Amino acid sequence: MASQAKSNVLDPLIDTNPITLQVLGVCSALAVTTNMMAALIMSIALTTVTAFSGMLISSIRNHIPSTIRIIVQMTIIASLVIVVDQLLKAYAYEASKQLSVFVGLIITNCIVLGRAEAYAMKNPPMLSFLDGIGNGLGYSLILMVVAFFRELLGAGKLFGIQVIPVANEGGWYIPNGLMLLPPSAFFVIGLLIWAIRSWKKDQVEAADYQIHQVHRTEIL
Amino acid sequence: MEHYLSLFIRSIFIENLALSFFLGMCTYLAVSKKIETALGLGIAVIVVQAITVPANNLIYQLLLKDGALAWAGFPDVDLSFLGLISFIGVIAAMVQIIEMAMDKYTPALYNALGIFLPLITVNCAILGGTLFMVERDYNFAESAVYGVGSGLGWALAITAIAGIREKLKYSDVPDGLQGLGITFITAGLMALGFMAFSGIQL
Repeated sequence: MASQAKSNVLDPLIDTNPITLQVLGVCSALAVTTNMMAALIMSIALTTVTAFSGMLISSIRNHIPSTIRIIVQMTIIASLVIVVDQLLKAYAYEASKQLSVFVGLIITNCIVLGRAEAYAMKNPPMLSFLDGIGNGLGYSLILMVVAFFRELLGAGKLFGIQVIPVANEGGWYIPNGLMLLPPSAFFVIGLLIWAIRSWKKDQVEAADYQIHQVHRTEIL
Repeated sequence: MEHYLSLFIRSIFIENLALSFFLGMCTYLAVSKKIETALGLGIAVIVVQAITVPANNLIYQLLLKDGALAWAGFPDVDLSFLGLISFIGVIAAMVQIIEMAMDKYTPALYNALGIFLPLITVNCAILGGTLFMVERDYNFAESAVYGVGSGLGWALAITAIAGIREKLKYSDVPDGLQGLGITFITAGLMALGFMAFSGIQL
């Protein structure tokens, strides 16, 4: 039980990371990472929703008829997201304006529904809660790393504080404007996946087709 | 008329849901291995988007918006916090209805799209389109145009990347980048291409 709980929290960080391995919840990972503050708020919001939706869905899992389970799950998730959205509007209005539609889009974030369907429907509430926390943290980790590079290279800032003096304010660093634009998020995540998979070889996908059979026999 | 035309073009190219707002990325990356399936999903998204965005627009304007219930004698009621849950309900119901209607009247199309229709409920491009409609305060006609345009833009993006991925499988990609990694890089390059539209003033 204890070891199961521990692996529920720790495994999704790198080994079964929701973004880089399970391909879940990519949309918001790309969109809110232009600065670290937005990424942090989004991470907290998503982790909360995933954890509590896992717990709630798991606690009523034996009473949900399987034909209408998606609707039931959606209703629970949507209610939680409304709570988060209203809290953000009340206490962090600027941030909620900046995240615009992406808080609402947590409802259709595949991590939440994916974990509800794959884990919470089969396991007890406490473990599902920890599974939600773990997957939320795995998502947060990727978000923070991507936002770190985009904000640092794009504006020379971290959490809105200038850490590298930029050229137009008399410093030496010429900001790379591309890092603040949409395409760079794809590149940063692509390279991040490359880095993680070079480290964890077992995550490498087999090629569909290969030309050089001689030196790449290991795939066959 | 010109206003609607420019909104249409803008929603397809300049504000492409997939490549400049990253919506529907999960399905975009997962279902883009073959052109035929990508095209099928793209068409399903256009149909659903064209119906749900105007439908949600009506619900928002007539029921949820601040003061919208004045016709029923409640001018002070603001139900906009119920937006998210009613929009997702409408989308889920719409998808179900479209699925049943297609099954009855156009079985050929139903068989072609069959498996993709349920997937669309959780496609963030659909909910995203509705939320953008609310945020930008479109009226009914604008929302209809926006629904069709944004669906078309998404379909265009997924068909294009499926075409690239079909060719890409013959290339010798480094091990770590194989599959998901190279798809991200490709999508990044496509997004860069679509940015060329961003300077266009309509």
